[in-house]
Amino acid sequence: MATATKTNASTAVPLRFPAPIGGVAGTSFKPEHLSAILEAGRQRGFFEVHAENYMGAGGPPHRALEAIRRDHPLSLHGVCMSIGGPQPLDKVHLARFRGLVARYQPALVSEHLAWSTHETSFFNDLLPLPYTEATLRCVCDHIDQVQEAIRRPILLENPSTYVAFRDSTMSETDFIRGVAQRTGCRLLLDVNNVFVSAANHGFSALDYLADFPLSHVAEIHLAGHAEQADDGGALLLIDSHDGPVADAVWTLFEIVIERRGPVPTLIEWDSKIPDWAVLQAEAAAAQAILDRGASSALPAGRHAA
Amino acid sequence: MPLEQNQTFATVFARGLLDPTRPAPPDVAGRDGRSAGRRYDVYRNNVTVSLIEALAAIYPAVQRITGPDFFRAAARCHIRKSPPTSPLLFDYGRDFPAFIEGYEHARELPWLADVARIERGWLDAYHARDAAPLSPARLAAVALDRLADLVFIPHPAAGIVRSQFSAVTIFAANRDTAPVERIDGSTPEDALITRAEFDVTVRHLPPGGAVFATNLMSARPLGEAAASALDAAPDFDLASNIAGLIEAGAFTSIALGDAR
Repeated sequence: MATATKTNASTAVPLRFPAPIGGVAGTSFKPEHLSAILEAGRQRGFFEVHAENYMGAGGPPHRALEAIRRDHPLSLHGVCMSIGGPQPLDKVHLARFRGLVARYQPALVSEHLAWSTHETSFFNDLLPLPYTEATLRCVCDHIDQVQEAIRRPILLENPSTYVAFRDSTMSETDFIRGVAQRTGCRLLLDVNNVFVSAANHGFSALDYLADFPLSHVAEIHLAGHAEQADDGGALLLIDSHDGPVADAVWTLFEIVIERRGPVPTLIEWDSKIPDWAVLQAEAAAAQAILDRGASSALPAGRHAA
Repeated sequence: MPLEQNQTFATVFARGLLDPTRPAPPDVAGRDGRSAGRRYDVYRNNVTVSLIEALAAIYPAVQRITGPDFFRAAARCHIRKSPPTSPLLFDYGRDFPAFIEGYEHARELPWLADVARIERGWLDAYHARDAAPLSPARLAAVALDRLADLVFIPHPAAGIVRSQFSAVTIFAANRDTAPVERIDGSTPEDALITRAEFDVTVRHLPPGGAVFATNLMSARPLGEAAASALDAAPDFDLASNIAGLIEAGAFTSIALGDAR
C-alpha cells in the first residue's frame, strides 16, 4: 500500500504550496453564485469547495472552478475520505483527491475526523468514532497516507456529534491533540461544531476551546445550525449549514481570534443557499472580527499558514 | 484485539443506518449515558434524506412526474436495497431506472424508467471528459470512394437511449417548470445525448437514427452502419443523419476503417 502511494506521489505533477492567505474570510463556493462572483471581479477572501463535487472527468464544474481559482485562493475540503473509519483508505479516492490538489493548487486542504464508508457502502454522512488509543493509531495512519499522497499537511476538522461512544477513553480535544502531534497535520476548528457538540453532550464550549490545541489551527469554519429535541426532551442541535451563524457562535469565534490571532475563516452554507449578497455579508462580519484581531494581536497570527 | 474492536464500532454503527427496524447501537449513548434513541436517528435521517436528495438531483424530471411524496418513497426503497458504493454521488443511481421498471407502484407509468435513463445519460454527459467535437470540414475532405470505410470516434459525452415510449418528449417537458400539456406516451422515441461544449443537449433521433448512431459509436464503418439503419427504417436518410450527428457533437474524429 505504501508503495502504491509513493508511486502516485512521485509522478511529474508539481505539488506546490501556495503562499499562506492570512486572516481573511471566505465562503463556500456554490455554482449558482458563479456569475455574481465573476461580475464582482477579484476580491479579498477565498472560496471553499467540497472536493468530491469536482471529481468528474470534465464539464461545467471544472470550468466554474477554474474561473474561480483564476482570481482567488481556493480551499479544498474533502468530505468522503473516511479518515475516521477502521477500514483502509480507498486508494482510488485518494488518487482522485491528489489529482485535484495538483490541478488547482489550493491554499488550504482539509478533511474530517469522521467516517462515511463501511465495507462497500457509502453513507454520505460524517459518522462518529470512539476516542481510544486504537482509533487514534488508525486515524494517524490514515492521515500519514493522505499527507504522503498530497505532500503537504492537511487540516483535520473537529466533528459535530449527536451520540458519544461508551468505549471512549479520552476526550475529543486530547484525541485531536494526539493526531496533530503524531502526524504534523494542522487543524480546522469548526466553531459551530464545538457549539453543537457542547449543547448535545452537555459540556462547556469555552472549556473545550480552552483545551483545544489552538496553535495548530490553520482555518476556522462558521455555520448555522438547527434545533431539535432528543428522547428526553433535551435540546439537540443539528449541524445543518442552512442558515446564518448563531450569535453565540460569533461570540466564541471572537474569543478564539483573540487567543489565536487571525486565521482564514470560512462561512459554510450548504443548503437553503441564499443570494450571494447574503453570504458575502456573513463573510464581511467575520472579516471585521479578523481585522480587529489583527490590529490588537500578538505575532501569533504569523503561525497561521 | 484493538483492530477487532475498531471493526466492531463501524460495523455495529453502520448496521442500522439504512434499517429503521434496528435499535440504536448499544455502544453509543446520549447525554449522561442514556440510550442514544433519537440521537442515532439523526444519523439515520441524514443518510437517508441526503441520498434521497442525491437521487432527486439526478432525476428531477422523474420527481416532477411522480410528485415528491411518491419519489421519496421510491427513492427510500431503492436506497435501502442499493446504497451507493462510491463517494462520488453523481455516479449514484445507475440502477435506479431498472428499479423503477420493477417498482409495482410505477406500473401505470411504463415510460418512467426510460425517462430516468435519459436523465442518467444527461448527468454522465455533464461530467464527461472535455473534448473538441469533429469539424464537418474533416468529413468533406474524405475521398468519396473511401466514405464507406470511414470510422467515427465517439465523443466522451455522447450517448443514446432507445425507448418504446415517448420518453424524449416526456423528459423534455418535465426538465423545467413550465406547465406540461397532455402527452401521448406511446410513440417510440430514441434520444441522442451530447455535450459538444458547455451545455448538454438531448435530441430526438429520426427513424433508423439510433441504429445508425449506435453502430458508428461502436466503431462500425459508415457503410455498414448505413446498411443497418436502412434495414431498421427503409426511409432512413443518410445525409441528414450524419450531418445531424456531427452538428450535435457526437464524435471527436474520424479514421479510415483499416486503421481500426
